[in-house]
Amino acid sequence: MIDVLAGTLLVSGSLMATIAAIGIVRFPDVLSRMHAATKPQTVGLLLILAGLALRLRDLSDITIIVLIAVFQLLTAPVSAHMVGRAAFRTGFARRDRLTVCEFDADGEWDTEDDGGPGSPTR
Amino acid sequence: MTVVGTICVVLLSITGVLCIVRIVRGPTMLDRTVAADVFVAASAGAIGIEAAVERHSTTLSILVVLALVGFLSSVSIARFAAPDTDRRSYDDEPTDPDESTDTTQRRDAP
Repeated sequence: MIDVLAGTLLVSGSLMATIAAIGIVRFPDVLSRMHAATKPQTVGLLLILAGLALRLRDLSDITIIVLIAVFQLLTAPVSAHMVGRAAFRTGFARRDRLTVCEFDADGEWDTEDDGGPGSPTR
Repeated sequence: MTVVGTICVVLLSITGVLCIVRIVRGPTMLDRTVAADVFVAASAGAIGIEAAVERHSTTLSILVVLALVGFLSSVSIARFAAPDTDRRSYDDEPTDPDESTDTTQRRDAP
């Protein structure tokens, strides 16, 4: 019974990775591809690690698995933040696809709201 | 458990092939970085699934190393792509030729 649950978790984690890969191939720009890329990095790997913990059922192994999950949850947002900031600053992120953009063309905070493209209230 | 292992191998193989497709097609450096990150995550998942199917814990240390080091590549590429200069503008070119370290192409710019 526990093995069935573990197998379900493993298959769903792999399914997350596959869905993310399809999104990476089909989505149009860097930021939306990053949205797809976070699925296997956090959710998929956590599902697989939960299945692994249910399968091993040993306290020392589960300790290492919890450690892996904590490290992954700490490092994945750092890299995502750096890639997103680099994409925005170098112009790889397409501004016409953004719904809310609180920076004006000079990269400063858009204090005066003109209601134009990229306006916060748009 | 063998059936589960087979299904997971098929799914993760599809993931790896699609990530390599995105790494080859680009079009920008950051797209390739994101796809390489997903490839690393899929590799970590494959190692975990192998350990779960075979029921051993010898490869768990590899997972620790991947979780700790896997983000360094994308962080360094991101720092390379957007150097932390005073040029915070979005569209215009650097006026000082000494600052023109940004040699990347802007194919996605509208």
